[in-house]
Amino acid sequence: MDKFDAVVVGAGPAGAAAALTMAQAGMSVVLLERGEFPGAKNLFGGVLYRKQLEDIVPEFWKEAPLERLIVEQNLWIMGHEAVTKIGHRNEKFKDPLNCWTGMRVHFDQWFANKAVAAGAIPVYETVALELLYEGGRVVGVRTDREAGDLYADITIIADGVNSLLGKQLGIHKEWQPDQVSLAVKEQIFLPKEKILDRFGLEDNEGATIEFVGETTQGMTGLGFLYTNKESLSLGVGVMVSDLKKSRMKPYHLLEQVKQHPAIRKLIQGGETKEYAGHLIPEGGLKAVPQLSGDGWMICGDAAQLVNFVHREGTNLAMTSGRFAGEAAVAAKQRGDFSRASLAAYDRSVSESFIRKDLKKYQGLHGLLNEVDPKLLFSEFPHTMNAAAYDMLSVDGRSKAEKQKQAIQSIKQTAGGTMDLIKLGWKGWRAING
Amino acid sequence: MSEKGTIKGSSIEEKLFTIRYKVDDISHLIIKDQQVCVKCETKECNDFCPADVYHWRELTTHVAFENCIECGTCRIGCPDANIEWVYPKGGYGITYKFG
Repeated sequence: MDKFDAVVVGAGPAGAAAALTMAQAGMSVVLLERGEFPGAKNLFGGVLYRKQLEDIVPEFWKEAPLERLIVEQNLWIMGHEAVTKIGHRNEKFKDPLNCWTGMRVHFDQWFANKAVAAGAIPVYETVALELLYEGGRVVGVRTDREAGDLYADITIIADGVNSLLGKQLGIHKEWQPDQVSLAVKEQIFLPKEKILDRFGLEDNEGATIEFVGETTQGMTGLGFLYTNKESLSLGVGVMVSDLKKSRMKPYHLLEQVKQHPAIRKLIQGGETKEYAGHLIPEGGLKAVPQLSGDGWMICGDAAQLVNFVHREGTNLAMTSGRFAGEAAVAAKQRGDFSRASLAAYDRSVSESFIRKDLKKYQGLHGLLNEVDPKLLFSEFPHTMNAAAYDMLSVDGRSKAEKQKQAIQSIKQTAGGTMDLIKLGWKGWRAING
Repeated sequence: MSEKGTIKGSSIEEKLFTIRYKVDDISHLIIKDQQVCVKCETKECNDFCPADVYHWRELTTHVAFENCIECGTCRIGCPDANIEWVYPKGGYGITYKFG
């Protein structure tokens, strides 16, 4: 029987951060991964931020496999064949460095290899089937390898959004369809020059576009188009509860996104070299379960630690993994692996940006449930684009008249002045309450 | 604007063809009770699955598990929680090239 200081289930950003932190402190760590290699099953938009990873691997950008340094970020409000754009480009994003596009298959391998170089033992192509218990405390995992029981003082559960181990632990039941979004994505390859020209970039610069509106066909969701070195990442994510109601096939939704004139002209001539899909935890703070117990901690997507408003998941995963690793190191020093000892991890999360950011948007989930998604994700974007079109079309009517009509149509969309004020107030409370 | 389904790479078969699979002999997705599917009014798994795994034919839900991209939507989305969903065996299933 093998016994280790810690076993980490899942070699994504959360698990690798935890394993690296513990291995650096001299603990014996097993890093389990069900894929052929770390990242094999993983997917994100994806944007990687500097700050949280820098705390774990200083100056990582000098060696990590990154795609493009983002100097421009855009939000597009999509109408049927129209778009209203809000964007920000700034040379300051180059110093201090802010964020990059990346690909999880490349990045996760690099990051997990950091943990392995620090001494973590990689055990890949191995599924953790169940937790092992002794006297009510978790003492390791049973894997699908022959004689595959792994014993450890601490088990770190970083098994991703589906977190079958978290469910076995009973800390969360099944996620509800309104607590997760399904994202489908394509990696569309284009010559580098085309990307630079179409997005107005040079060298290593990159741009991001997030789009909301009629492209999700009345469903709560978001689309994204990111520039990589020689490809574009195009995807769309919608809340599973809305997807169920719509009876749309997710890949048809993506195909229709590709037909939007503003998108079509950016991707045309490209070759799709990969289609992918993944769930995104979007339950917000209320969905975050208990984070530690006797002999275990849970991190990253498995604990619903995602700020869906700001498309941040990977950095919350890495920071929560680091915190869990630090709590494990302290617990090892004390020789105490009880819930009381590991609660230091819960406190670190509570005091950090993770809980604060999730708390900031905790009302948004309720708002999205309360308000018809068609109103927010279809009718308002439609009205906004119609108003912009009207204001910018010269047809002999006075600007004052047009403005009056624009305000009138926005009020009408909301169902009257009072409803517009209520909706505005609810929205404000949801993101600032 | 091009018609739906006529662009290269736009069909689900072409999309799934871009993914590398190592397929196991046995399914990691199991319909717990086919009678529940018979009574299911929506059969919505046939629509919301991003990899076209589920097909209703001859009063049975057929499971093309070899197409599965392991997202978990069906486990959460099935109105009757009638899908037993586990991961493929270690090293099996999808391997993304980019992610």
